[in-house]
Amino acid sequence: MGAVMTAGLGMAPAATAAGHPLKKGLKVFVVPKNLGNSYFTTADSVKSGGALAALKALGEQGQETSGTADSPSSQLPVIQADLSKGANALVISATDPTALCPTLNAAMKRGVVVVTYDSDAPACRSLFINQASPQGIGAVEVDILAKELHNQGQIAVVSASASDTNQNTWIGYMKTELKKYPKMKLVSIVYGNDDTATSTQVTQGLLSRYPNLKGIISPTTVGIAAAAAVLDTAKYRGKVKLTGLGTPDEMKKYVADGTVQAFALWNPASLGYLAAYAAVELASHSITNAKGQSFTAGKLGKFTVGAGHTVLLGPPFVFNKSNINKFNF
Amino acid sequence: MAGDAPRTAVAADADATETAALEAPDPGPGPTWRGSRRYLRWESGLALALVGTVLLGVGLSGQFLTSTNILNLGLSNGEVAIMTLPMMMVVIAGEIDLSIQSTLALSSSVVGYLWLHHWSMPLIIVTVLVLGALLGLINGLLVTRLGLPSLAVTIGTLTLYAGVAEIVLGATIVSNFPAAYTSIGVNAVPGTGLSYSAVIFVVLAVVTGVVMHATAFGRSVFAIGANADAALYTGIRVKRVKTTLFVVSGLVGAMAGVLFTFRLSTAEYGNGNGLVLSVVAIVLLGGVNIFGGRGTVAGVFLAVLVFSILQNALLLTNFPQSASGIVTGGLLLVAILVPNAGDLLRRGRRLVRRMPGGWS
Repeated sequence: MGAVMTAGLGMAPAATAAGHPLKKGLKVFVVPKNLGNSYFTTADSVKSGGALAALKALGEQGQETSGTADSPSSQLPVIQADLSKGANALVISATDPTALCPTLNAAMKRGVVVVTYDSDAPACRSLFINQASPQGIGAVEVDILAKELHNQGQIAVVSASASDTNQNTWIGYMKTELKKYPKMKLVSIVYGNDDTATSTQVTQGLLSRYPNLKGIISPTTVGIAAAAAVLDTAKYRGKVKLTGLGTPDEMKKYVADGTVQAFALWNPASLGYLAAYAAVELASHSITNAKGQSFTAGKLGKFTVGAGHTVLLGPPFVFNKSNINKFNF
Repeated sequence: MAGDAPRTAVAADADATETAALEAPDPGPGPTWRGSRRYLRWESGLALALVGTVLLGVGLSGQFLTSTNILNLGLSNGEVAIMTLPMMMVVIAGEIDLSIQSTLALSSSVVGYLWLHHWSMPLIIVTVLVLGALLGLINGLLVTRLGLPSLAVTIGTLTLYAGVAEIVLGATIVSNFPAAYTSIGVNAVPGTGLSYSAVIFVVLAVVTGVVMHATAFGRSVFAIGANADAALYTGIRVKRVKTTLFVVSGLVGAMAGVLFTFRLSTAEYGNGNGLVLSVVAIVLLGGVNIFGGRGTVAGVFLAVLVFSILQNALLLTNFPQSASGIVTGGLLLVAILVPNAGDLLRRGRRLVRRMPGGWS
């Protein structure tokens, strides 16, 4: 992670050369896809050093709000309520690339800053904080599985919701990467809606429908944990390989007993922290969303706005038996 | 109401009911003066509660009276408000339609499905409204022609219509609706500061008020709810009136589905899940008798405001949204217990006395 190089800057005030100083007391609402999702709890909470930690350090009024289901009809009323509460900035993981747009565009017109993180809504935000390049994420998961399967066998994907922007982009890049492994065949993509019970059900469905299934990729933390629990039996352990995006805390048990050998992720707390910082920078007019603008995100160091009004956190990180116990989130 | 076959049995039973009706303070067809007075009291209470919730909102948050919040208040409760009107009519007639939230979900799913299949939006809207009326007709026929209890029938169709909605759209979420339609989810009706759904609710409430309180049809609905057997003998076509009410309920449910879809710019099969509880809670809070026969549009209108403003005020104070069920549940209990405390006791005693006669 290139950002780590400049981490020595610590929590120094981040007034950039050209910009205004950062405002204090801004109402910033952090809106994950849903509440009760440990990935977002890590990305957002003060304790893990996520978005709310950054907002607290900057002296803003930060609050995490969202619905209980990973769907636009659950998330949108919450966003509307946040606007009712007088939001200055919203930090959102979009449940749908377009459904939020009428509301978000109306808010931006009134001067509310909208930053997306984790999952983008490209047509209605100022900046997207990208956790890792989508190519990198799609490729690393396929590569991990290819290595474990010796480049052959039927595989399937357990995704979150069919409308999730990031899931679909990653699955697209997985298909591209799979062209390198002609003997690996993607037989099915199923959707667990980032709900443990549903993810468990669809994984069990996959196993009974495809008795020759050799591997599963679940590019969502809820899905991979549910799938791992299903595979954690003598019948499947080690016989059906599993990888994807998971959190170390949830996956430690399955890595220890061999159900999962390796999986990938970025640090969600850093993602939330960076997104909150970017939102405050924009709301303070310290930066604009133009390509080449740069800012220092506290402990994470310096970041530069890239093409398409995005900021990239860094490359994905692969967790395995040798390193997983060093992480706690 | 039983079917045609056992009518003689019903007639025999009706005598007993009539005697009971003479003893009880239950009004005959239409609200009596005594009934009206009682309801004036309930509505005055609601009006006071409304003032209280507004003061609460103003006191708790400086954002309460902002134009953004007032727009959002209507936005977030518009569909629920609209659905309280047909629910009120159905409940006054002594029935209930719990399937209305699945009618919303199925309508929303069909809007999404047809839009994906490149239908024109006006045609989609008409189709969905017709579909809603048909879904209501199914409920109505099952209740009136087969003589099944509406509670059971509409719990069945609640699940059935939701299942069909899931089949129609599956995991697909449709969100690429044209801005001309989704703008109802962000803009106020010009000159009012209110959301489109809120304005539609006000208009429909006026229409419902006229129909229920100033037409023969409305009087027949009250008469059926007060005593279906007696209504039948005064020449009211009980089955037809009830079926009509279910059709209206389906139609309005579909309308709510269309509005919901555009407001959230999202068609998915799970849309509207759980809303029916709020709808029923509001109707009962409005003073509509759960056993039928009594209720006013004014009461329901006030209850809609109290309910929406209370939820909104709590939301602005960062009351956890997941706990808003406490508000719904609490209001539901208050609404049933307070006005019906006396009735419940009397009815309990009467039911015990009439035990062999059973329910209808």
